[in-house]
Amino acid sequence: MSRIGPFRALLVSRLREFYREPEALFWVYGFPVLLAIGLGIAFRERPPEQVRIDVLVEAQAGRAAEDLRTLQADPLFQARACHGDECAQRLRLGRTDLVVVPGAQGLEFRFDPTRPESVLARARTEDALQRAAGRADPVKVEEHPVTQPGSRYIDFLIPGLLGMNLMGGGLWGIGFVLVDMRVRKLLKRLVATPMRRSDFLLAMMGSRILFMLPEVALLLAAGALLFHVRVQGSLLAVLAVALLGAVSFAGLGLFVACRAQKIETVSGLMNVVMLPMWLLSGIFFSSERFPAALQPAIQALPLTLLNEALRAVILEGASLSSQAIRLGGLALWGAVSFVLALRWFRWS
Amino acid sequence: MPAGSPVAIRCGGLHKRFVSRSSTVDAVNGLDLEVRSGECFGLLGPNGAGKTTTIEILEGLLAPTSGEVEVLGSRWESHPDELRQRIGISLQETRFAEKLSVRETLELFRSFYRRGLSPEEVLALVSLQEKSGAWVGKLSGGQRQRLAVACALIGDPELLFLDEPTTGLDPQSRRSLWDILRELRARGRTILVTTHYMDEAERLCDRVAIVDAGRVIALGSPAELVARLGGEHVVEFALDAAARAIGEAEYRALPGVSGVRLHPDGVALTVTEPHITVPALLERLQRERLALARLATRHVSLEDVFVELTGRNLRDEAASAA
Repeated sequence: MSRIGPFRALLVSRLREFYREPEALFWVYGFPVLLAIGLGIAFRERPPEQVRIDVLVEAQAGRAAEDLRTLQADPLFQARACHGDECAQRLRLGRTDLVVVPGAQGLEFRFDPTRPESVLARARTEDALQRAAGRADPVKVEEHPVTQPGSRYIDFLIPGLLGMNLMGGGLWGIGFVLVDMRVRKLLKRLVATPMRRSDFLLAMMGSRILFMLPEVALLLAAGALLFHVRVQGSLLAVLAVALLGAVSFAGLGLFVACRAQKIETVSGLMNVVMLPMWLLSGIFFSSERFPAALQPAIQALPLTLLNEALRAVILEGASLSSQAIRLGGLALWGAVSFVLALRWFRWS
Repeated sequence: MPAGSPVAIRCGGLHKRFVSRSSTVDAVNGLDLEVRSGECFGLLGPNGAGKTTTIEILEGLLAPTSGEVEVLGSRWESHPDELRQRIGISLQETRFAEKLSVRETLELFRSFYRRGLSPEEVLALVSLQEKSGAWVGKLSGGQRQRLAVACALIGDPELLFLDEPTTGLDPQSRRSLWDILRELRARGRTILVTTHYMDEAERLCDRVAIVDAGRVIALGSPAELVARLGGEHVVEFALDAAARAIGEAEYRALPGVSGVRLHPDGVALTVTEPHITVPALLERLQRERLALARLATRHVSLEDVFVELTGRNLRDEAASAA
């Protein structure tokens, strides 16, 4: 038997363990694609949304019937008649956006002003009923709907999912695996051999980079084939950003796992690290929704840096050099956690 | 075991203190040891005696608080890499990657050594050839333990450390592991093995150190240690629950008795010639009209040596710790 080198042997072992674990394969490769498909369908482009109107048909039956006809004729409305308490109930449960109560003198609108769809319903309903009653608009308005690829939700989502996946892969794929090996006393057994510790850590890093490639390819391919999400920048630049993300989060994973001696401990730590970034770093919605006071902290989080850089390259076709500050910040996170992890790392 | 052969392991004045927030424990407390090349040496003692701490210090996995360690003529501080190439280790409990095959696991370990055996060769040594392609997760406890020994052997080591290799195994697996170790010893390898099984030490080891509370309390070949008790046989018996007890001195007065131990559940006499002592004992009991609940004779074991030395029963401690 010709002997293979320790780095290669460690890398091959890690790859074998990974692809022999169907659950791991699903969570790393299947889940993000399913998530993209699910969210892509849920937030797909739809015809302008209808507003739901209830018309109370009790006091002024004739007037109510007329209003109901007017609203039902307009495709923007989904109007129905209702009676007494039923109206109030439906409004409270959010089954209708607005209740119209025709009166002798005019109209009464019942709605919740804190619900955006109710406010929209109120404006549209008044418009429609006023026009039907003979209002003349002094200014003529023309509408030109504009919906372009690149500005849809799925376009926003795909780079975010990519970033999320790179974070999860680094933390779980390195942190969890290391603590598991420590619990099994496999780390201790390995350092009882002449194995070089650097070979081991480099192999872990290398395995992460190899797992990352199909991850990125699958998500981008699913985005392109199913939702026509186009990569505006160069694929090489996307890959370079993803590579830096994978390595940095691997460093963070190493850091989180450097002392933990129980799977429960490392799982808890991992959630402490990841949860704020899931929420704040702009995976599913823009991080700009958070207050300005929080922005400096949010923008400094490694996942925000990665997501923003990925979006810039994928959606805007930005060059790598234009993202130098973000990429530098990301690299700094990785480097600092890697160095600290090595200093505190516990092999047994 | 040829006396005067070169020394494989030497340690002196070994101390290891573990300090935690709640307590300070001296796991090893002034331990001296010398293991000669080519011998199978047993570290014997109850759980918590400091065996594992000692062996991990000798393996270079733990640093002693104080004391000297020399392995194969070198020190861990000065030649760690060279020493790692020359020794093989099986830890008390290692769970190898479940989804690698036996052969793949061995190939991985082989990759770390400059020279060594092929996976096929070590699999033959531990009789695990037919499991070569099986995933580690599918192995039985005994097979996993044999794999652990195979991993220890893959670098063709001069010196082998085995920490409780048979703990938790069924009797048949224990026996098959003993055969493997005897075979290795016959090939001239030095073996240091820890165990809390007396019978194991008696069957395997050329010399044994009994360890208690972090120090060696007895050292010698199993036969020498047993001989120190003064007799080679033990007569164990118990009287009916209703019977009154006879004093220790009266038992000692029986012919051929060299030692007496009174347990809550019976009496153990160390004797030189059971065929003289047993009839005398029976006659004595008859005269006193005392009824026997049980009676057995057996050879003295290291267990008896341990009880004699420490006043404690090893099997009870092993059981309560397990």
